[in-house]
Amino acid sequence: MNSIRVQVEPFDPNHEVDLLRDNDPSIGAVVTFIGLMRDINEGDKVSRLFLEHYPGMTERALQEIVDEANSRWELQHCRVVHRVGDLRPTDPIVLVAVASLHRKEAFMACEFIIDYLKTKAPFWKKELTPDGERWVDARESDDKATQHWHPQ
Amino acid sequence: MIQVLFFARFREELGVESEQLEIESLSCVGDLLDRLQHRGDTWARLFAEDQRVMMAVNQAVADRKTPLGEGDEVALFPPVTGG
Repeated sequence: MNSIRVQVEPFDPNHEVDLLRDNDPSIGAVVTFIGLMRDINEGDKVSRLFLEHYPGMTERALQEIVDEANSRWELQHCRVVHRVGDLRPTDPIVLVAVASLHRKEAFMACEFIIDYLKTKAPFWKKELTPDGERWVDARESDDKATQHWHPQ
Repeated sequence: MIQVLFFARFREELGVESEQLEIESLSCVGDLLDRLQHRGDTWARLFAEDQRVMMAVNQAVADRKTPLGEGDEVALFPPVTGG
């Protein structure tokens, strides 16, 4: 079973993993990625982060990414939670959790989902530094990470 | 008519969140980008050929060749930075 959520409210990664597992005795491996808000970016102190998104397309894009992961690997459950709105340092921004029979599939799918999310899902970060607000630039390394999966 | 949406830095720099445009003479997303670019100033800078612009039609990823139809929702935005 897959679950995809985009929300303003904070979430508890541990609770999300419990929900993913749901006492399913057939699960052999769970891999999670938790993206956190750092208090430093490009050498500058960052005190706040604002996340904008494109309601409707965001959920659709995440669903397509999760569907693609399920077509590439044999997975049992996927869970993606992404926050929008105002965030503070140490806040979890995103959680990707994948359950499968064996570890390999879960590791691969988890990395695939977060790599694709970073270059395909319509979210944008704006950060507050001592010099004021600025939009975060996309990273070339993120494009490379996506390309390494050989988009089909 | 088509609905055109702008997000993030594009919305802020243009000072426009969305607008309605007549579809006539716009057969694909590339035509729309050319039309917007001809407005000059910030429009010309953001939508110049060498700029990275991501586009979506009816909430699905698109490119300059994606055809446009009556009632479509087109979104133009800078490279995404979530996660």
